[in-house]
Amino acid sequence: MTALTKADLAEQITDKLGLNNRESKELVDLFFNEMRATLVSGKDVKLSGLGNFSMRTKAARPGRNPKTGEDKIISSRKVVTFRGGQKFRMRIEKLVPTASAASSA
Amino acid sequence: MSEAITKSELIQQIANSYPHLPHRDIDEAIKLIIERLIKALESGCRVEIRGFGSFSLHYRKQRIGRNPKTGEQVHLAAKYVPHFKPGKELREQVNGEVSAAA
Repeated sequence: MTALTKADLAEQITDKLGLNNRESKELVDLFFNEMRATLVSGKDVKLSGLGNFSMRTKAARPGRNPKTGEDKIISSRKVVTFRGGQKFRMRIEKLVPTASAASSA
Repeated sequence: MSEAITKSELIQQIANSYPHLPHRDIDEAIKLIIERLIKALESGCRVEIRGFGSFSLHYRKQRIGRNPKTGEQVHLAAKYVPHFKPGKELREQVNGEVSAAA
């Protein structure tokens, strides 16, 4: 299975909007970099049509090193979570799950 | 809840650091990126954005749910849900690990 990358997105912008390759590539980079910078600054990002990226603080919890079996405290940390928007989730739900594509989660 | 920025504010931020591009082009480009990203997932393709993260679909088995108001049982069909996994850079930066490397 192939994956869509930033290069594919830039190509799309070049094709559809007529920007040159360099500009398209820079725009794609800028878009994701701005989102990252915003999240790092502690703000959530809400993109209508796609969904919300937000930051959550996870409390420290006891864990274990799976390799050594050693007990260890997993420190408190911040993580980015994403929830797809209503429209996005509806579009994805419409896909009919097939046995081959089903990687259970 | 914490502060949030919207798509139009994000577009404004991008326009500020890219003053020579028409605002409308930036607007259109962002729409294209989002639409292309969703289309890729719809077609069963993963999306991998280096430095930010990856998007994929997770499978949810069919299950019997319950209407929390009436207690009535409802059958929920198997489905896919969109999933985002933050990339290494995003994970580390959000957690303040970059400048504060122990």
